[in-house]
This record gives sequence, structure tokens and C-alpha cells, in this order.
Amino acid sequence: MAMPVSGVPTQTPAAPAPAGSGHHVLARIGHAVRSNHKATVGTVLLLIFILIALFPGVIAHDSPTQDAYAPNLGISTAHLLGTNHYGQDLFSQLVYGTRNVLIIAFVVGLATTGIAVLIGVAAAYLGGGWDGTLNVLTDVLLVIPLFPLLIIIAAYAHGGTTLVLIAAITLTSWSYTARQLRAQALTLRNRDFLAAARVRGERQLYIIMVEVIPTMTSLIVASFLTNALYAVLFASSLQFIGLGDPNTVSWGTTLYWAENNAALQTGEPLWAIAPGACIAVLGAAFALLNYAFDEIGNPALRPVRKPRSKRA
Amino acid sequence: MPELPLLEVTDLSVDYVLDQGSVRAVDDVSFTVDRGEFLGIVGESGCGKSTLLFAVAQLLSPPAVVAGGSVLFQGTNLVGLTDDQLSAVRWRDMSVVMQSAMNALNPVTSIGAQFKDAMRAHGKYSAGEITARSAEVLRMVGIDPVHLRSYPHQLSGGMRQRSMIAMALLFTPDLVIMDEPTSALDVVAQRSLMVQIKELQQTFGFAVIFVTHDMSLISHFSDRLMVMYAGQVDELGVTRQIFDKPLHPYTQGLLEAFPSIHGPRVPLKGIPGNPPSLASPPSGCRFHPRCPSAFDRCPAVTPDLYAVGGTLVRCLLHENGSPSR
Amino acid sequence: MRYALRRLGFFILTLWVAITLNFLLPRLMPGNPALAMMAKFHNQGVTPQTLHTLEILFGVNSHQSLIGQYFGYLHQIVTFNFGTSLDEYPASVTSVIGSAIWWTVGLVGITTVLAFILGTGLGIVSAWRRGGKLDSIVPPTFVITSAIPYFWVAMVLVLIFALTLHWFPSQGGYYVTTDTPGFNLTFFQDVVNHAFLPAFALLITTIGTWILTMRNTMITTLAEDYVRMARAKGLPSWRIMLDYAARNAILPNLTGFAMSLGFVVSGAILIEYVFNYPGVGYMLLQAVSGEDYPLMQGLFLLITVTVLFAILLADILTAILDPRTRAAR
Repeated sequence: MAMPVSGVPTQTPAAPAPAGSGHHVLARIGHAVRSNHKATVGTVLLLIFILIALFPGVIAHDSPTQDAYAPNLGISTAHLLGTNHYGQDLFSQLVYGTRNVLIIAFVVGLATTGIAVLIGVAAAYLGGGWDGTLNVLTDVLLVIPLFPLLIIIAAYAHGGTTLVLIAAITLTSWSYTARQLRAQALTLRNRDFLAAARVRGERQLYIIMVEVIPTMTSLIVASFLTNALYAVLFASSLQFIGLGDPNTVSWGTTLYWAENNAALQTGEPLWAIAPGACIAVLGAAFALLNYAFDEIGNPALRPVRKPRSKRA
Repeated sequence: MPELPLLEVTDLSVDYVLDQGSVRAVDDVSFTVDRGEFLGIVGESGCGKSTLLFAVAQLLSPPAVVAGGSVLFQGTNLVGLTDDQLSAVRWRDMSVVMQSAMNALNPVTSIGAQFKDAMRAHGKYSAGEITARSAEVLRMVGIDPVHLRSYPHQLSGGMRQRSMIAMALLFTPDLVIMDEPTSALDVVAQRSLMVQIKELQQTFGFAVIFVTHDMSLISHFSDRLMVMYAGQVDELGVTRQIFDKPLHPYTQGLLEAFPSIHGPRVPLKGIPGNPPSLASPPSGCRFHPRCPSAFDRCPAVTPDLYAVGGTLVRCLLHENGSPSR
Repeated sequence: MRYALRRLGFFILTLWVAITLNFLLPRLMPGNPALAMMAKFHNQGVTPQTLHTLEILFGVNSHQSLIGQYFGYLHQIVTFNFGTSLDEYPASVTSVIGSAIWWTVGLVGITTVLAFILGTGLGIVSAWRRGGKLDSIVPPTFVITSAIPYFWVAMVLVLIFALTLHWFPSQGGYYVTTDTPGFNLTFFQDVVNHAFLPAFALLITTIGTWILTMRNTMITTLAEDYVRMARAKGLPSWRIMLDYAARNAILPNLTGFAMSLGFVVSGAILIEYVFNYPGVGYMLLQAVSGEDYPLMQGLFLLITVTVLFAILLADILTAILDPRTRAAR
């Protein structure tokens, strides 16, 4: 769990120039990623995690769940992070756990962003009563503290599976990005290129799908990254306090077992520190990418080189 | 013995330093302003006139930097001075009026508070003195001093502009630099504001540098006129002379775009094409792609400023000080 | 005035939503969690009044319609009758919360104020000196720290400073075995000693947002014409930075800051958990594991109300500081 950073910074969402075809936008994003250091680091880290999640068996040779080894072994070449109290190889647990974490991150990220785009753009375009109602809904959800709410929901559901976790987080955390998307959709609504489309006689839906949404790509990508970040943090926090499914292999659940066995105090600190470090690194990757996108979208935020002025 | 000019700008250049390289927005501009003189600077959007103005007032912000030249104000070169050193002349001797008062005034403090700020920055004045002076300058521009308590958003557009001018006159400086102060107003308000500015100028004797894109507006008020194009000075001389006999094809084009109400009816003539990109300006004379009088040497040779009578003009047609082919 | 009324209306609406959620959730969840809880209460041996209160709160054994239950529930809430805690039986929920609340108020309150002051200060200076050394270190560092889970920071601090270096205790609010609460110096020192690490953890995780938000708004503000005008007037640097730039930059952020209080609270929950710090967050998690639903509900409402109040306060503050809101709305 951590604080919102990305997106909040640029209060006025930068409305970029109208996008060309989809290829154009991807090419621009690709170039931007390569030239911005933060984006490069973030992307590389993310790709590493994705690879680990896709091919865990290649990297870790032990089963994550079998208590096959002697407990409390230290770091060695056979056990890169040692074994835990139950004799499970910690490194395998983390490697296999990556999959669960990334699935949560991407599914929740996509679903939440999807809902946010839907509600945000609809509110901006339908206007009037619809806008008012959706706004109130969004604002209320924005203001209610999400983590305590999630705790309560998960508690009543007795923890439950990863699916419950995904559903709960998706249904509660779309409001922040919905607000941002609505704000940008509103500024775009009156831009000239849209007026031109209207004059051409294009239908509202066409305008929204083909002209507006592609122009908002950079903000939508940033929203996805924000939501994915929160998904990871919320989900692992819930798993950590025991509200996920303790039997799935995931970073949060590993932490849960570590805390249950007072790993810090009983001299097995790696059990607690290592999964947390993984969460931190993945979180940092998302955050860096998000920050980089902020800079790409709003050139005023880019790093400034102090210029040398010539003296006459 | 001729008096030293109040302001002497020599070979001033301004670059925008970007990742991909520098773009020269103002290229080797030189001009002088004498005491009490009204100099108008005209040009299309993007020709560098506002950048020039900020460069003179040392108000550039990154990525814009002064890349060369000097700005001698009352004998001191302002280029390279720190903000602390500049505050000695700022507002007392040289003040600035910006285009949009809505953006140039602090939205969260009252007008009076902003006047007070300016005064306190340049001397020890009692509260009474400050209020008295603030009320005085507001009356000069025709605003009731009760508005010292108002916030910018509570005033009308015209009143805001005039209060900005009042603020610029707090210390009756020697030079007031104005960046299109009338552009945000309607035509009637524009005229009345211009008349007021001219009256104030004649009453208090300060010099004015007035940047605008509206040629017809400036022609009635300025003593001398400077025409800018693509970051360079294209013509500089006495306003009346330039209007009677414009030398540069660009100036001619600008004047032809404002036909007179009184003369014979003539078809409207614009200047074809668009202003050039300053990142890659045309070779030789920068105006040649749009010039109706361009000839074979124009793309090849970069013209200097040539003197024709009292006017300076950057055109190969006047290379020898007189029209030539 | 209209602005204040609108915000108040929103406050009441959200409060109503939270209360209604509290009402609906136990009834909507599969497996009827309330029944299980009631069984536990029965095992405790409860008084009929307590049973009745709980029935109203959770809707078990009720012959009323949903609407009827709802109004009964609302009546309870308004009279501050949140029922009896299961874990701390027979203490009422209100008294249990009362014992924990001061610990959290102290921890979260002081840390948030500190984080806000330091954070906005650093953000302002960092933006003012664009391209300087501070500005090249600050953004990347705090972007990363703001993505780090709160509990991990807490754990690392416990490991290093409590368990390895023994500089601070690793748990609790005070040494329960040796100290008794009271207004004496030793107790006070003890409290500070125990609060230091949790507060530090909360501080470093939450300060990032203040810094970065403030910095970015400042950068946008610094490009405004009125800042350039202030420079033209020859005003001293510090005055431009504070009166012209910061004052305008902070306005859009005030409400945002209040809203992120929700995140601070969430962080506090996790940090209290790691440190076994006897505050409201720790209590919530204990209630969850003990399936003490009345206590859970009470705490959720408390947290929501606090955050709402903070937002209302921030809205009022914005209206006071920004003359445009007073006119426009």
C-alpha cells in the first residue's frame, strides 16, 4: 500500500495533439520509452518480471509448495534465498508467486481502466444529469477509504480466492482514474478537430471511439499503470494480513506465513524481507513508467538542463 | 551634443535550447530608444517580437536564453546581471505591461496588495504613502481607487488592463515595455486604451516600446516603427516615412493588407504562404519564398540592414542605399 | 455560501453511503457471516439486550423486511449504539474504540502534519531550483519510495533498528509489563520511544506524494505570467516563491491532500499491524481475525468519518484561501 503520485501531479491533464492512426501512436510511445531513462528502467524491470512469470520452471528448479528440505537453511547455491520454517525453498516461492501477482496486476489494471474509461468518457459526453450522477458516484467512491473497505469486504467473504480479490479491488478502485479521464475528455470535447468531425456529420459514438479515445492514449496508459500498481499493493497487503487465499503461491501470502511465524524476530528475516522487496521493485517499475509517461505527456515537467548564457 | 539613447540594443540574439538542438528565435537585433520616444514593433505571430521584449527586460525563462549581444539601459548592460542586480532598475526605471492582465495579475491577492508589493520592493514607504500613491495611479487611468480592494477576477477586462498599466507607472519609470496590451480587448476598448497610453506618455514623458501585430493600430501612435520577420529586423524607421513609402516588400504587403477607408476601392491583397520555421529558415533572405519582388540573388545572399534615407531595411533591392536591380 | 452547502451535502451523502454499505455488506455476502458471528456470541453467553442490538445491526433472526431493518439500523447508528465487541466482551464497541483512538490520532496526526510541512516545503524548493542538484535527486527517489508497500518499510525498519541495533523497541505502544499509563515523564518517554519507528515508517512512505505533487504543481505555476510579472517588478526571490508561486500552487492540491488521508490511514493500519501498535488500525485487523463484526463496522465508520471531515476541512480552507471560489460557486 502506498500513496498516489502519478497523475495527480499534472492537475490539468495535458491534451496532446490529435493522434494519427494507431501505428503512429505506438511508434511515438516506443520512441518516448527509449529516450526517457525512467521509462527504460521501468520497462526493463517489468519485462524481467513478465518473463519470470511466464517461465518459472526455467529459473527455479524446486517446487514452491513442497516442504522438501530442511527448515531454516541459509543462503546457498542450492537455495538462493534459503528455506523457510517449513522447509520450502524461498526462491522458488517468489519465482512461482510472480505469476499470481502479475495476473492480478494486469487483470485488475485492465478491468479498472476499462471501467474508468467507460465512466469517465460517458460522463464527459453525455453531460447534464448523467454527468452529475456519475460524478457523484465517482466522488463518493473516491472519498471512502478504500483499504478499510476492502478489508471489510474481504473479511465478510472470509478471504476467498484470488478471484474475489480481483473483483473486490476492481469494483472499488476505478474512481480516481475515472475522474482524470473525464477531465481530459471534457477539454477535448471542444477542441477544433472534434468540431470538424461533427461538422463532417460523424456520429457521436464514432467520434468518441475513433477520435477522442486514441488522443487520450497517453493518459489511458498512465491510468493502466496506476491501477496496476494499486492492484499489486492492495492485493499483497490484503494477502499479507491473511485475507487472500493463504494457500496460493504469491508474494503476499509468503509474507503472511512469514509474519505468522514471526520470521523477523526468530532470525529468518529473509522470509519476510525478500517478498516485500519483490513487491517494492515491481511497484517501482510501474511507478517509474507512470512518472515517465507524465513527463512525456507534459513537456513542462521534463528534466531541465541549466543553460549557459553567453556574455556579450 | 546629442543625448545618449535611453536604451541601446546591439546584436541581440535569443536561442531556445532544446534536446534536438537550439532554435534561434531572435537573430542579431539592434535598435535604440531615446527618452520619451514611442517605438512600435510589429510582426506576425511567431516572428520573435515577444521573445525580443522579454530578452530586453531580462525576463526569459528556460529553455530560452540570450545567446549574444548587449542591452544597454542608461549605460548599463543588463545581459548577464542577476535578478538581485536587476532589481535596482526594475520597476523604478523600467516596467512591463503584459498581454493578458487576467494571467499577469496574481489571482489570489488584491490589486492593492500587488501594488504594495511593487512599492515595498524598491524602498521604505509607509502604509499611508503606499495607499496614496496606489490610489493616485489608479485615478490616472480612470479607475476608482476603491478597487484597490478588488481581486483581478472581479474587474472587467478593460479595467484589468488599465490597472496593469497603472501598476507599471507606480514609479513613473523612464521606459515602459508593453507586450500587446490591447490584443485581448475589443476594438473600441483598444482605441480608448491606446489614447490613454499616449496621453500618459505625453504627460509624464516616459519612453514606450509597444509590441503588436496590429499595424493599423500602431501607426497612429508610434514615433518610430520596427518591422520584424522570422526573428530579424526587416525595416526600422520613422513611422510616417514607413507608411508613406514602405521599402521592404514585407512591409508593403502588410500595409496593402489594410486598405484605407478613404482611398479608392482596391482588392484585398494578402501575403501568400506561411511564416518560416525558425528551426530551418530559408536560405539567403528569409522572406524570399513569399516575396513578389524576389530575384535570383535572394535565396543565395543574406541581406544586411541597409540605410535608405533615415530608414534601415533588410532587402537586396536597396543594397546600395537606393533601389537597385 | 452555496459552495459550503454543496460540500456539506456531499459529506452527508458519502456518510450515508458508508453507513448503508455497512448495513448491506454482511447481508449480501454469501455464507451469511452474521449467523456464524451470532453463534460465537451465544457461546459467550450474552444478555438479551445485547442480542437484540446485534440483531438490528446484522439482521439475523429478524422478521422485519429489509426496509424495516434499515430504519432500525439507522436509529442505532444515530444514537451511537454500535453494539458490543465480541473480542473484548462485554465492552461496548464505543468504549473499545475509545481506548485505541488516541494512539492512532497521535501517530497519524503528528506524522501527517510533519510529512505535509516537510513534503510541501521540499516540493516548493525543488521546483524553484529547477535543474539544480536537489531537483535531480528528489523526483526519482520519491517516485520509487511512494511505490514501496508500507508494511515492507516497517519490516525493514524493525529488522535494522529494533532487532539488530536495538535502538528502539519493536512492538507495542509502551512497555505494558513495566509501565502504567499516566501523565508522567517516564511514561511519556516510553511512548515516544515506541512511537518513533512507526512514525518514521509512516513519514517516509507518505512524504513522497506531498513532495511530488507540490513540485509538479509548482512547475506549472512557475510558468504562469503572473510569476514573470513578479520577476519584472523586481520582487525578492523568496516573496515570488511564496506569495506568487506557492500560494497559487497549493490551492488545487489542498483537497487532494485531504483525500490522500485515506491512504495515510491505510498505511497506518499496516504499520500498526507490523509494530503491534495498539491503535485503531491494529484493532481493526484484530477484529477481522476474530470475526468481531460489530467492532469492525464501528471502526470502518470511524475511519470514514475522519477522512470525510478532513476533506470538508480542506474544502473550507480552499474557499478561504482562494477568492475565486467564493465568487464563482
